[in-house]
Amino acid sequence: MFTSVDDVLARLAEAGYLASPAVATTVFLADRLGKPLLVEGPAGVGKTELAKAVAQVAGARLVRLQCYEGVDESRALYEWNHAKQLLRISAGRDETWDEARTDIFSEEFLLPRPLLTAIRGNDPKVLLIDETDKADVEVEGLLLEVLSDFQVTVPELGTVTASRRPFVVLTSNATRELSEALRRRCLFLHIGFPDAELERRIVRLKVPGIDAALAESVVRVVGALRAMDLRKAPSVAETVDWARTLLALGAGTLDEAVVRDSLGVILKHQDDILKAEAKLDLDAV
Amino acid sequence: MNATADLTARLTGLVDALRAHGVRIGTGETVDAARATRELGLADRESLREGLAATLLHTTGQRPVFDAVFDLYFPRRVGAPEGRTDPADRAALRERLAAALAADDTALMARLAMEAVDGFGGYGSSPASDGWSSYQTLDRLRPQTLLARVRDEVRARDGAAGFGDRLLEDEIRRRIEEFRRMVAAEARRRVAERRDRDEIARRAVAPTADRVDFLFAGKDRLAELRRTVQPLARKLATRLAARRRRAARGSIDLRRTLRGSLSTGGVPMRPVLRRRRPARPELVLLCDVSGSVSGFSDFTMLLVQALHDQFGKVRVFAFVNRIDEVTGLLVHGAADPDGLGARIRGEAAVTGWHGSSDYGAALGEFTERYAGAVGSRTTVFVLGDARTNMGDPNLPALGELGRRARRVHWLNPEPRSRWGTGDSAALEYAGLVGMHECRTVRQLSDLIGRLLPV
Repeated sequence: MFTSVDDVLARLAEAGYLASPAVATTVFLADRLGKPLLVEGPAGVGKTELAKAVAQVAGARLVRLQCYEGVDESRALYEWNHAKQLLRISAGRDETWDEARTDIFSEEFLLPRPLLTAIRGNDPKVLLIDETDKADVEVEGLLLEVLSDFQVTVPELGTVTASRRPFVVLTSNATRELSEALRRRCLFLHIGFPDAELERRIVRLKVPGIDAALAESVVRVVGALRAMDLRKAPSVAETVDWARTLLALGAGTLDEAVVRDSLGVILKHQDDILKAEAKLDLDAV
Repeated sequence: MNATADLTARLTGLVDALRAHGVRIGTGETVDAARATRELGLADRESLREGLAATLLHTTGQRPVFDAVFDLYFPRRVGAPEGRTDPADRAALRERLAAALAADDTALMARLAMEAVDGFGGYGSSPASDGWSSYQTLDRLRPQTLLARVRDEVRARDGAAGFGDRLLEDEIRRRIEEFRRMVAAEARRRVAERRDRDEIARRAVAPTADRVDFLFAGKDRLAELRRTVQPLARKLATRLAARRRRAARGSIDLRRTLRGSLSTGGVPMRPVLRRRRPARPELVLLCDVSGSVSGFSDFTMLLVQALHDQFGKVRVFAFVNRIDEVTGLLVHGAADPDGLGARIRGEAAVTGWHGSSDYGAALGEFTERYAGAVGSRTTVFVLGDARTNMGDPNLPALGELGRRARRVHWLNPEPRSRWGTGDSAALEYAGLVGMHECRTVRQLSDLIGRLLPV
């Protein structure tokens, strides 16, 4: 898929995703070694976006499995279409049991869910397993077979093996420790907050029309806020939101009044806002 | 062929050093790391670093250890920096450092760190005892004193106007901190060149934060630990919620199952489970805040406070030799975690005539004054090393507490082997209540996940 790390960087940038060297290296390795990529990091740094960008770059179809508490085999893997099976049985009244049995457990009556979809067929695919930590531990067991051998066993049909391996991205917010077994099958990538240089470029890409000096001061203030030990440090998504807000407000430069009025866009807790106001010397009126 | 063998040896050495720091790496991952090395080549060091990190590590907390060990096994260069200027010229080096800090030029800072260690870090003269010291380097160079100068320089360049100006000092402080880190890494590399690299990688690299002993953690380490409180609390809350869900699926309610079966002709089709009363458990914390164990107590208090919405009621008491309630000092928002210990010692009456801890007196006072705080729904945690300075351990008071509460647990930050030595009354207390060794954040989170009531 990719020829070098720089190739990854350039092509992701074309798709509108500015990657750090760490991200590009790991994506390159995941592609070369054929291993799934486990991405962790704070909310809003572009974990899901990465999978979308890779799919776009590779011209692949994005298959997404959104995990939540209680997601199970029939939602993640496959399900038999019971209603259709019943119709089939009542339609063919005269045939023998053996004929009916072999027929109703065929591909036609199978409803593929994301995991099965991702490994069937020959077209390139990117499988995104989003918020893996929200799923129950049992689902992890299910993922192990899929991620290590890229195969799914359907008892009535046999084992389906991928003829073409999908590029797999798992994301996690670390609300729960994923099991060691799952982690060992993946390449691990932690996406943190980008450095100032990269963040400036992201802001200018995502908010066209923003003045370079304003982008620079926005990034500086956000960097200072992140160093402050807040309950929820502002993420890249918040930086971009803030830059958009400032642009909409028509603020050409940052000053006390503007920052105080728009602090709610980047900080989501009242404690944090108070703390930031004190540290940035914004005198409350 | 020789180069390949050397690279393999380096890679396995790196893996061994990481294992010694508690990073669990299997053979499969080592093979993956080698494949990654082949794919990436050795030309780009940072790219190699990321590639090895991606294949060998599994969690974020392991990254600082990995970076330090990587620097030792795959150093940027060997030996002294080339083409250096007069090594003893301290003023000139400071000059160049100030310029690098003002321009925020990381590459130049790294180079200066190298020269600084080379020029000022060496000590000793015989090959057996000499070495390189980052402490000595920083002591002679004093980069922190450059702050005012660099600030003025940047201001003169960019002008003092604008909102960003008030951020400047903190930014420069962070750059200086970064330079100090570079010096430390460089000194470690030079030492490792002279001595056994494996040895240095094991001993001179700081362990991951969750394996630091509470009793020996320095100020920075404790600050670093405090930053992990919120994420840790979130994880523990998820674990508690899962336990609670499991506990809620309890025994079958026979009466209601049978009544439900009437509609299906007396055949019990759907079993009805007994509903649990949604009474949230209550928690009482008794914390020794005397100097020796205050780091541990502060951390645990913050962690329990962060978990407060999991419980009906949390009350926190602090003692040295007198006991006082400090729940109010821990309220969210008002709490400034860094100053917590100082505030408790300043605002609560925790000491009487003298300043050394006395468990007997504190426990006695607690059963006397706050008897109402402990009931049949309360779980009590006692935090402390049980070193009672030869005072009376007052076992009856703890026994009384154990009878009245639902559970009493004692978390002791000392290693088990030292319980009962010297003035420690740990073994006596352990006879009455469950005592658990709790030396690191890892042990603490395991214990809390297991012991907290649901």
